[in-house]
Amino acid sequence: MIRLEPRRQHSQAMVYLSPVLAILMTLFVGGIIFSFMGKNPFDALYTFFILPISNSYGISELFVKATPLVIIAVGLSMGFRANVWNIGAEGQLTMGAIFGGGLALYFHDSESMFLLPAMFVFGAIGGAFWGAIPALLRTKFNANEILTSLMLTYVATLFLSYLVHGPWRNPEGFNFPESRPFPDAGLLPIIYDGTRVHLGTAFAVFVVIAGWILLSKSVIGFQLRVVGKAPQAARHVGFRQKRMVWFTLLLGGGLAGLAGLFEVAGPIGQLQSQISPGYGFTAIIVAFLGRLHPLGILFGGLIMALTYLGGELAQITLGLPNAVTGLFQGILLFFLLACDVLTKYRVRFGTPVAKGEAI
Amino acid sequence: MNANLVKRTLAAVVATGALAFGMGAAQAEDVKAGFVYVGPIGDHGWSYRHDIGRQAIEAALGDKVTTSYVESVPEGADAERVIRQLAQTGHNLIFTTSFGFMNPTLKVAKQFPNVKFEHATGFKRDANVSTYAARFYEGRYVAGVIAGKMTKSNIVGYVGSFPIPEVVRGINSFMLGAWSVNPDVKVKIVWANTWYDPGKEGDAAKALIDQGADIMVQHTDSPAPLQVAENRGIVGFGQASDMIKFAPKAQLTAIVDHWDEYYVSRAKAVLDGTWESTDTWGGIASGMVDLAPYTNMPDDVKALAEETEAKIASGELHPFAGPIYDQAGELRIKEGEDAPDGMLLGMDWYIKGIDAELPK
Repeated sequence: MIRLEPRRQHSQAMVYLSPVLAILMTLFVGGIIFSFMGKNPFDALYTFFILPISNSYGISELFVKATPLVIIAVGLSMGFRANVWNIGAEGQLTMGAIFGGGLALYFHDSESMFLLPAMFVFGAIGGAFWGAIPALLRTKFNANEILTSLMLTYVATLFLSYLVHGPWRNPEGFNFPESRPFPDAGLLPIIYDGTRVHLGTAFAVFVVIAGWILLSKSVIGFQLRVVGKAPQAARHVGFRQKRMVWFTLLLGGGLAGLAGLFEVAGPIGQLQSQISPGYGFTAIIVAFLGRLHPLGILFGGLIMALTYLGGELAQITLGLPNAVTGLFQGILLFFLLACDVLTKYRVRFGTPVAKGEAI
Repeated sequence: MNANLVKRTLAAVVATGALAFGMGAAQAEDVKAGFVYVGPIGDHGWSYRHDIGRQAIEAALGDKVTTSYVESVPEGADAERVIRQLAQTGHNLIFTTSFGFMNPTLKVAKQFPNVKFEHATGFKRDANVSTYAARFYEGRYVAGVIAGKMTKSNIVGYVGSFPIPEVVRGINSFMLGAWSVNPDVKVKIVWANTWYDPGKEGDAAKALIDQGADIMVQHTDSPAPLQVAENRGIVGFGQASDMIKFAPKAQLTAIVDHWDEYYVSRAKAVLDGTWESTDTWGGIASGMVDLAPYTNMPDDVKALAEETEAKIASGELHPFAGPIYDQAGELRIKEGEDAPDGMLLGMDWYIKGIDAELPK
């Protein structure tokens, strides 16, 4: 029989090394899969992980793709640390895009420099509002936020679909389900000419730094860590669990809402029925890949973004199917979880030893 | 692959061979064609048919051409990067095969004036951006005629994707065909709000059958609705490709997309240096729209379907021949006139007699 036995003391170094190990093993297994598919594994890995960032445009696209992932994941990680499981970032992202984008559509003739800042505020409010519903249900009725936040995602995406099919449809758009293009005053400025790197990317870096400070230097950051690691102790010293639920869901929702607004006011430039290929869900993986630490999340977001870019290039230059992208992400998550388990537990073979015989 | 397609492809191959021989070494540049698909090539519908077109280019132009594709590209921020990556990696002819790729295609095209772009189903063009689409509504009219003859409950179930002109036009054309042989037919429409989601499409089909539909029509890309029809013992129509494999007892015919000839001709135009920005909208006559073999129906219905198809091909019959009224009773197309293309392209109204409201 094989058992998992908790380690009394697990190596602190391994906690941070395990993502690195997981990535190395993913590369190794990925190489084996490529060679089974009849491709030179080194060529394939090069195409997948190096070629996308071999020129400045590729690097800029990596940042564009990682931007929403990092912003959302930093927000989610705060909740995950306090055992608040917000799975509905995708819906909060959508509501942020609706609130902020709606403002741009309402003022579609505007040239005001205040439009964009107002859109930021509305985007954050939209996301936070969508995060507030699970918070209310959890604190008032003890409803599981995993379920409520997840289900609200579908409400949000259907609401967006309704808007772009109906009231917000572009009157000059031949009845196609998309809004008017946003006015120039409602589009994010490009911060690096010739690329799509926009103000949102700079904001992502800011979020990482602010998240880091919040976590390590502030009282609420300390409370988050304690509530997550030792809920009993937290109650004894008077940290209020409910306040943590509200804080993390509003923060996570607000950041996801901003990320959604950045997508529609940045690379997309209008509202349409599909605005995110599941960033809100992928960000959950990114949060754990980054060990729930803002700096780690920055790297995790970049790596996850790289798998998307690499997957596209693997299709273009090697003729590999799109499923390879999902495969890589799956393998990565698998090894990450496996490494974590083995860091915290040791594998024992044979039947359990009776208590009295323990040394 | 049906015999028709084989014949056409062979003809294209022979023609190209002769052309290449005649031209000798004079040709300018080889073609590197890139394709952007909205779904997986295994959807057995829309993207699958475009990929067949891509393979036809390879078959027809041999070593003068290389092709590549990117599948399941979301119609959001990612499309622009994918299109750009294709342009950057030396592709000189890029097909973007979904409506939602329109704005990104135009944006990238501006930055790569020497690359030719072909956008399917859009309405914006540029010096190096062509558009192309097929008159699927012609095939839907034929399907309507068959349905009008085959239905016993007089209820047709219709799985729609999005209420855009393309789909609304198809519903109108289908019903005009059905009413031409059976004025009692009623249609029930469910909007799946997706192009490709076998689960949702199948659920929509089940709901329609539960409401008494005995004919299944779909404007979504997976074979799921037709498979549901097969399991529940009713009949229906395949979408985009011949789906007879999935529903040997249920498929009456399928409205098949044929991009092969168009794709080969555009690739050849790049080879010859004669490529120009154009707008192509081909129907049954051009071969872009084809009907899969008529099956699971009596001989007289089959004969009627063949006759209708031939009449549309010859131009004798236009599905949208006036007088046609909309639901409010307003005369939209006058007696003796056919709907102009502009009206068809922007069609956002149901014809009189359809007992449903267009989602607004």
